[in-house]
Amino acid sequence: MPVLTGKELRIVGFLCNWCSYGGADTAGVGRFTQPTDLRIIRVPCSGRIDPLFILKTLISGADGVLVSGCHPRDCHYAEGNFYARRRLEVLKRFLPILGIDPARFDYTWVSASEGQRWQKVVTVFTEQIHALGPAPRFDSVSPELLAKVAGALSQGGNRVAA
Amino acid sequence: MRIGVFVCHCGSNIEGTVDTAVVARTSLDFPEVVYATDTMYACSEPGQDGIIQAIKEKHLTGVVVASCTPRMHEPTFRRAVERAGLNRFMFEMANIREHVSWIGKDREANTNKSVDLVRIAVEKLRRDAPLSPSKFSINKRVMIIGGGVAGIQAALDCADGGLEVVLVERESTIGGKMAKLDKTFPTVDCSSCILGPKMVDVAQHDKITLHAYSEVDSIGGYVGNFQVKVKKRATYVDWTLCTGCGACMEKCPSKKNPDKFNEKIGPTTSINIPFPQAIPKKAVIDPTTCRQFVKGKCGVCAKVCPTGAIRYDMADEIVTEDVGAIVAATGYDLFDIRKIPEYGAGRYPDVITSLAYERLLSASGPTGGHVKRPSDGKEPKNVVFIQCVGSRDKSLDRPYCSGFCCMYTAKQAILTKDHIPDSQSYVFYMDIRSPGKMYDEFTRRAMEEYGARYIRGRVAMVYPKGDKMIVRGADTLAGTQVEVEADLVVLAAGAEAAVGAPQLAEKLRISYDRYGFFMESHPKLKPVETNTAGVYLAGSCQGPKDIPQSVGQGSAAAAKVLALFSKDQLESDPQISRVDIKRCVGCGKCIMTCPFQAIKEVEFRGQKKAEVIETVCQGCGICTSTCPQGAIQLSHFTDNQILAEVNALCQS
Repeated sequence: MPVLTGKELRIVGFLCNWCSYGGADTAGVGRFTQPTDLRIIRVPCSGRIDPLFILKTLISGADGVLVSGCHPRDCHYAEGNFYARRRLEVLKRFLPILGIDPARFDYTWVSASEGQRWQKVVTVFTEQIHALGPAPRFDSVSPELLAKVAGALSQGGNRVAA
Repeated sequence: MRIGVFVCHCGSNIEGTVDTAVVARTSLDFPEVVYATDTMYACSEPGQDGIIQAIKEKHLTGVVVASCTPRMHEPTFRRAVERAGLNRFMFEMANIREHVSWIGKDREANTNKSVDLVRIAVEKLRRDAPLSPSKFSINKRVMIIGGGVAGIQAALDCADGGLEVVLVERESTIGGKMAKLDKTFPTVDCSSCILGPKMVDVAQHDKITLHAYSEVDSIGGYVGNFQVKVKKRATYVDWTLCTGCGACMEKCPSKKNPDKFNEKIGPTTSINIPFPQAIPKKAVIDPTTCRQFVKGKCGVCAKVCPTGAIRYDMADEIVTEDVGAIVAATGYDLFDIRKIPEYGAGRYPDVITSLAYERLLSASGPTGGHVKRPSDGKEPKNVVFIQCVGSRDKSLDRPYCSGFCCMYTAKQAILTKDHIPDSQSYVFYMDIRSPGKMYDEFTRRAMEEYGARYIRGRVAMVYPKGDKMIVRGADTLAGTQVEVEADLVVLAAGAEAAVGAPQLAEKLRISYDRYGFFMESHPKLKPVETNTAGVYLAGSCQGPKDIPQSVGQGSAAAAKVLALFSKDQLESDPQISRVDIKRCVGCGKCIMTCPFQAIKEVEFRGQKKAEVIETVCQGCGICTSTCPQGAIQLSHFTDNQILAEVNALCQS
């Protein structure tokens, strides 16, 4: 079933298991109402997130991507979010070069106790994406080229995913 | 693969806002899903039996349960599929409660979102492989950080259980806040009489190593095998020689320093043993006030010390302790009462904290147990207690209740009457919170037997008038303003996270809340565990607690450590990184980025390759996103799996 047309946009979240996924759980337990657009993919650590995942998601038709990890210095794996921060900051600056509005991507830090903060993060980001509207489809690009780009992204440049 | 999908109602928790039958029916359209149903409570015994039965009857090879968060019941369901004969890792969860049904009421949108979450779980499961854990041996030593009553209890219980214990204490003596108390509620037991023997037990226990005046510098490793660097701060006294005789304290010429142990009421010497029952009973020099350090000459203590223990050139020392588990019991600190200028703390000497008042009441305190007010040493006749100073106050960002202040204020009102029979106590309170065995009876005794006058209302200001303090506040029951002439004002300062608690949490890799209190694994069911395996909590570091609660948690944490150490080997989580040796080019980037030194370089047919040390890998996957070849993949979070989830969301 696709996202509800006219009501929702396609927003994908990558959340680290220990802080932000827990924070989203805390928000649920506290019944902090949020928009329904976001779909969360759980990863062990924000350091696990390859920036190419985000590109792939945006090129495949997502209207927004949100990444959230543990607060810097409070990573469950000691330093994963430092790697994430560096990679994601570079990615954010790189997006306009690819013709993608950098406002469609954001990263933040939410701890497992910050249910209310998670509610705010989701609400603000969803509003931000709705203000931008649906992402432009890559209609003028030939399907072959698009498939090639998507293929290259999922392979990580010269890498062959296992 | 033959996948079964089970969509849980969770009573009305999920079914109330998600059409679970529709979710189940729609999942039948997903690839390789051969069976789908909705179920009332998937985690209940009949629910689990239903899953097991379906696995057997439908010959399922993988299971998706759409219910609550995997952080809650993933282990439960993994065990269930294992009972049915599947590998426990052929299982995925879709979180349709915390992330769907509880955060919105739109049934259509929720149902739709739940279908999407099941879809990505199915796509992930299709790429899962069976995994089996390997075993690793553990170091059965435990470190307790913090030597207050919670830490002491945890240390003694672990040591009595046969474990070697390393106790690290920041101050020069163990005992914590409880050692400063005069009496305890609701029995009015003498605090040092019940704590003292436990402190002695710690000192004499042959299984406990005590590092006092020490702090945790850094922590490496993981459950079963932590390496903790402990910084032993310079005491400038050789503790192997110091006998605690106190000759140095008698002769020390620098006598006018604020006494930290006595909450800065009364002076103390630069070389000091905090109190007579200190454990270890060893002297420490404060280099910020000692004349030898400040002026460069004195040396009196070195001359009088009968064992020649003084070492002015001592430096901090780092010792490394290898332990298998860590209990954090770092306690609390007091709210800084100077943050409420209306009450005048800091400006008027006769406005003090309740802990300082405790020292005035104590026979081992600066006044020898005679209540004398700090300004002029007179015995106060009217004592006003103000409760909730830095508790339950949103304007100060302290919205939480500190819990034990109502009780100790009642105790102090009782003790005031005991010490000064012609005195009168007044207590300004918001609500009296005394849930606990014999607690409410105790506060009633303070009012009825000891005549403490309880006034329900907040205090607006405290100001001096002559040699008295005027406390002006509201009496909300009578609906009037009141002014009380006080000789002494005692503020029931709220509990705050201990100084340095967030920094320690970061070293322990555990979470803390916005106030600095450590986060437990589950607020109800795992109160002393953390989300980091092998790290446990006890006492007020998790949130304000009174003595019985802290002792209970100390014992609980010890029980958890003993249970962990009841096995000689632990099973490692097999969701770890694996190297595809054909793709690895031996660049070594994964070795550099791994935070756990879990990847080593090996030679394979004359070529450099990376190899993961199975039991050391913690499964973060930083290496996977670093590898330029995609050669190192984190099991169950492979590139292919995450991209399949992305595809499922974007191309549906």
